[in-house]
Amino acid sequence: MNEKVPRAVLALEDGRLFEGRSFGRPGEACGEVVFNTAITGYQEVLTDPSYAGQIVAMTYPHVGNYGVNPEDVESVRPQVAGFVVREISTVSSSWRASGELNRYLEQFGIVGISEIDTRALTRHLRTHGAKRGVISSILLDRDALIARARASRSMLGLDLAREVTCVEPYIIEGEGAAASPLRVVAYDFGVKRNILRMMAAAGCEVTVVPAMTSAEQVLALRPNGVFLSNGPGDPEPCAYAIEATRRLMATGLPIFGICLGHQILGLACGGRTFKLKFGHRGANHPVKNLATGKFEITSQNHGFAVEPKLFEEHDFVLTHVNLNDETVEGFRHRTLPVFSVQYHPEASPGPHDSHYLFREFITLMRQHRRD
Amino acid sequence: MPKDTTIKSVLVIGSGPIVIGQACEFDYSGTQAIKALRREGIRVSLVNSNPATIMTDPDYADRTYVEPLVPEMLEQILKRERPDALLPTVGGQTGLNMAVELSRRGVLDRLGVRLIGASRKAIEIGEDRRLFKEAMTRVGLDLPRSGFAKSLDEALEVLSHTDLPSVIRPSFTLGGAGGGIAYNIEEFEDLVSRGLDLSPIGEILIEESVLGWKEYELEVMRDGADNFVVICSIENFDPMGIHTGDSVTVAPAQTLTDREYQAMRNAARRVIGEVGVETGGSNIQFAVNPADGRMVVIEMNPRVSRSSALASKATGFPIAKIAALLAIGYRLDEIRNDITRVTPASFEPAIDYVVVKIPRWAFEKFRDASTTLGTQMKSVGEVMAIGRTFKEALQKGLRGLEIGADGFYRKDLDDDRIKEKLLTPDPDRIFYVKRALDLAWSHADVCRATGIDPWFIDQIQQIVDMERRLGPEAGADDWRAAKRMGFSDARLARLVGSKEQDIRDRRKRAGIMPVFKRVDTCAAEFVSYTPYMYSTYETECEAETTDRRKIVILGSGPNRIGQGIEFDYCCCHAAFAFREAGYETIMINCNPETVSTDYDTSDRLYFEPLTFEDVMNVIELEKPEGVVIQFGGQTPLKLALPLQRAGVKILGTSPDAIDLAEDRKRFSALLGDLGIPQPESGTALSIGEAKEVANSIGYPVLVRPSYVLGGRAMAIVHTEEQLDRYAREAVNASPEHPILIDRFLEDAYEVDVDAVADGERVVIGGIMQHIEGAGVHSGDSAAVLPTFKISDEHLAKIRDDTRRLGRALGVRGLMNIQFAIKDDVVYVLEVNPRASRTTPFVSKATGVPLAKVAALVVAGRGLAEQGITSDLDVKRIFIKESVFPFLKFPGTDILLGPEMKSTGEVMGVSSDFGIAFAKSQAAAGFEIPMAGTVFVSVNDFDKEGVLPLARDLSKMGLRIVATRGTAEFLKERGVPVESVNKVHEGRPNVVDLIKNRQIQIVFNTPLGRESFDDDRPIRKAATLHGVLIVTTLTAAAATVQAIRAMRERFFDVLSLQEIYES
Repeated sequence: MNEKVPRAVLALEDGRLFEGRSFGRPGEACGEVVFNTAITGYQEVLTDPSYAGQIVAMTYPHVGNYGVNPEDVESVRPQVAGFVVREISTVSSSWRASGELNRYLEQFGIVGISEIDTRALTRHLRTHGAKRGVISSILLDRDALIARARASRSMLGLDLAREVTCVEPYIIEGEGAAASPLRVVAYDFGVKRNILRMMAAAGCEVTVVPAMTSAEQVLALRPNGVFLSNGPGDPEPCAYAIEATRRLMATGLPIFGICLGHQILGLACGGRTFKLKFGHRGANHPVKNLATGKFEITSQNHGFAVEPKLFEEHDFVLTHVNLNDETVEGFRHRTLPVFSVQYHPEASPGPHDSHYLFREFITLMRQHRRD
Repeated sequence: MPKDTTIKSVLVIGSGPIVIGQACEFDYSGTQAIKALRREGIRVSLVNSNPATIMTDPDYADRTYVEPLVPEMLEQILKRERPDALLPTVGGQTGLNMAVELSRRGVLDRLGVRLIGASRKAIEIGEDRRLFKEAMTRVGLDLPRSGFAKSLDEALEVLSHTDLPSVIRPSFTLGGAGGGIAYNIEEFEDLVSRGLDLSPIGEILIEESVLGWKEYELEVMRDGADNFVVICSIENFDPMGIHTGDSVTVAPAQTLTDREYQAMRNAARRVIGEVGVETGGSNIQFAVNPADGRMVVIEMNPRVSRSSALASKATGFPIAKIAALLAIGYRLDEIRNDITRVTPASFEPAIDYVVVKIPRWAFEKFRDASTTLGTQMKSVGEVMAIGRTFKEALQKGLRGLEIGADGFYRKDLDDDRIKEKLLTPDPDRIFYVKRALDLAWSHADVCRATGIDPWFIDQIQQIVDMERRLGPEAGADDWRAAKRMGFSDARLARLVGSKEQDIRDRRKRAGIMPVFKRVDTCAAEFVSYTPYMYSTYETECEAETTDRRKIVILGSGPNRIGQGIEFDYCCCHAAFAFREAGYETIMINCNPETVSTDYDTSDRLYFEPLTFEDVMNVIELEKPEGVVIQFGGQTPLKLALPLQRAGVKILGTSPDAIDLAEDRKRFSALLGDLGIPQPESGTALSIGEAKEVANSIGYPVLVRPSYVLGGRAMAIVHTEEQLDRYAREAVNASPEHPILIDRFLEDAYEVDVDAVADGERVVIGGIMQHIEGAGVHSGDSAAVLPTFKISDEHLAKIRDDTRRLGRALGVRGLMNIQFAIKDDVVYVLEVNPRASRTTPFVSKATGVPLAKVAALVVAGRGLAEQGITSDLDVKRIFIKESVFPFLKFPGTDILLGPEMKSTGEVMGVSSDFGIAFAKSQAAAGFEIPMAGTVFVSVNDFDKEGVLPLARDLSKMGLRIVATRGTAEFLKERGVPVESVNKVHEGRPNVVDLIKNRQIQIVFNTPLGRESFDDDRPIRKAATLHGVLIVTTLTAAAATVQAIRAMRERFFDVLSLQEIYES
């Protein structure tokens, strides 16, 4: 748009090219290109560790309108590999804004590209599936960029949880200071802050542990329940977490999984996961709760899903289904206090329809409390 | 919960005539609802007094009643139809009010009719601010501080804890009528007394002002299982203080973080739950303090609305259709999304573009009305535009308004008034915002003066910056960037001092062409099967045109006075007809309220401004066989010649024939050749010439500027002095602005004829006689079909002239002719070889869809082939009455004249003239009283004429009061009459009697300037207090006939289907 702004290119592995303008940090970034259809909540999306390794395109054309602030973050920094928008706002309009999006991304070294026909990109990804890609504002040669996109790592078989998890365990105190709060051990595969906020707000004391923590280490913390967090990448290579989950299940402890945590639980239960063509990313997916018959509008961000074959086993009950494509959105164990959902009940961004799942987890922990 | 099988029949209530605040969006909603219900096998009956609607076409409902929307009539219809359920939520506030009234009277219980869509409780909470406040408080939601008052004393008490400025809202009025903002105690007292008067329950709400706060709306839906979705969020560009109907609005919300948006969504869920809307759609309004984010609930409408129509068009999610299905028991997840086909309706649309709605006002029609915008809606129409950015959508919208702006520019701005214009909102404000930025005002200053969010100001700044960048040395990149921001070719031409065509050629050479993207509810996540498109400057086109035979139909653009729903009705019929004839139909329109912009109406929909550039873009892409312009009124007509010059084939009557009829000289010559009389006339290019022409014709004369819509700036002048004033002030006569001067046929009968022709045969659809005489615009006059006072000889002459004119003009399609009869001579006043405002009325009366017949003619099917060979007949007396917005414009006079002022129309039907007339009045909101007091004050010319009427009224037992002159006249001739003071003759005077409700009918025919000024307070008081006021003698005669008929027999009701079969 403005001639002074340097050009940039987004190249996909299949040869499709999009020309735009650079924003954020000038430079180059590779990743799996995916689209998100949420209209609000770009800062939450940017800082969601589940987007590690991904270049995220927002389908809504105006991004950055209300700037950035210190509260609407899901981790300490933006996590995306790159950011694609139609138009980046030049002003920030919000009483809570502490800065501009462009400046924020620049500060954290995130490469962005604007002035892109994001609808054409979305249609391409919808038709041909998620693609590896590269954004560059330094190298504009088509063939070289396509080669770079092809050389970048593939999401399939990629263990990214290991890369984004915390280094050391840490504790978040529950709010309301109950005499003996419920203790939750939360596996951090790339956990979103709002999950921890919600559990803390419900009075839980949450110990966040690194992804590689063993079941024994978790049990040593004498938890009332274990939480398996969301996170980036393919669940299958996370054998360490799958194994730990299996052992924790056997103890009869309440377990709640979200997103990657749900997939890991599915694998621990003997199920399989598969990569979706272009994934679910947005804040408008209808999910039916099979227990109540009602649906909830959910926040979603996943590229893999649990195969429904799991439910041919008597022990596992399908609880939630995506109404758009009938993929598995949640299940529970028939006898053990174990359940998980593929989507994001913590929302952030997205509707709060599914907050009840946190209450259910807390109820389960109370019912199974042994201390 | 699947479909409720106990509901086998439903009565749907329509919204009645088009008025400010309740326009054709309810035809769109109602039509959708009816179609959806019938597809479910439900027997649907419909009542709506507005004949200009698609929903009242006899094909839609099983039984269609075009009857007044009053409880008594509805009760009769319910008794005849005995439906299982009543659906009032697609008929605006009128529908809800009727439902509450029927429930209150016990009619629904007595007849065992279920209210579906919204319960009585929900309607009452939504409408009664006290109940609403209690409900919101119960669920912990914040509202502006407020209190109710039933008297001025109570109001002052409330004010002591809410403070000035203060918002006053009368309870239970339509579109916020009578509301306002008071900045000082004087204004406060004025608004309080007006509000107390206007509220049907004499109550007002006084509220803390949230003026300048950010304003938002959520369009939400809920089903019987408590599933809830938000269809669309809307942010008002204009902050709180301006009615949302008068605000520029934007979808989706632009400046809310997810945290605030979800807080609003959660609040909306609590609102709809607590109000108790179990199934259907609602509109919920919020205000947010820009300083600290405090969010308050403003109001909710438990029904579909103007905003829900906008939201439907903005997202592709058909709210009214889904609401109807929910009302009969379906759940959202049991309904498919038409656009994606594979996904359910239980989702929240994701949009990947920006939608801007801009209101269209008609203040030029109401010169004495204040143009300041406030809490009472004043706009008469709107445009919607879609772009990939706000800038693009805004600029498309502005050029779609048809206010002479080819984009974000008006040449008539006064730089000295910028500050005042920014502080006090009126229709020009947005142009002044840009002008201020042009003149380097700081954003902070503009924001402070207007309350408009800085994000919007920055967007406009970018447009200003782009204009600066476009100099003679601008390159292809600059042009592309400008087009991406929504600049029109015409605007670019003006900026660089070039011609529109040159810009177009230049950018096409540079490969700068628009693409078309789809509105698909899902931001491209799923494949869309509905070709609903908008243009933008991007890289990929999704139009996927076909190689079928196709026709483009140009819609009628934003509603204005003189150009309303009637033309949309005709455009829809054109689409239906061409589809039937095997063509692919392509609609271009920019009015979100309409049925024509429903993605179901045509095969393909382009939501675009109706300008040469935007229309040509579609035509060049689609390559249709031709374009049809005769159904959309003036809007497409203006494009006929430019399109033809660009090589586009205009189907049907040739643009030359249209021009021949519009061009005074050519038309006079034609009438001369045919030997058809026309009132003497002349054209003047200066004031001097005007006086000469008028003198040679003889006063009174009818004067107007050439090429006008709806009689704009038209006047009858009686003296040279008046002519002088008119020529100077109203039209500023000059060689560029000629004035047309016609002999005014005083006391003539006026007649409207609608006909259809195929080049050989001319078939007359209807000959309508106006009730008001010459001098009242045909669009404002009541019209009767068949004629009631015209001799057979004159009728034969009218038929003959119509046929000869139709053939002479080579009409292929519709035509309308206005005749006047005076002193045994039948004059032709004008011929319009295209759809007219009365086309739908005649179609409803005859049962023959004239617009569809005409479209089939255009498609090549002659009248004989269609079996329409003889003039059409009617089986009852049908009276069309006009509906006026005077109540919304305090201070304007209600006298009718040659300038059209009505916004809508109703129809009354009966086998008896008097009953048909009474019904038409009742439908227009004036129930003719059968007893009581009539106030008579007529000018000297009308005294003889009013005598028999007064005598009849007196004989029927009505009391007559009159001003001194009229009273003496009547008394001398033996009519019992009491005299009353005129306004300046001391108290109590006639206005006091009106205010005390001691007068039920006012007959007032003024003439001349003196009398005008004297009678205005009477008319104003009558209007404000809802007293029936009749300002012409013919209408007075019809009123007397109606009273007589009503004393002898009841109103009967009969459906159109039964009438046609009788």
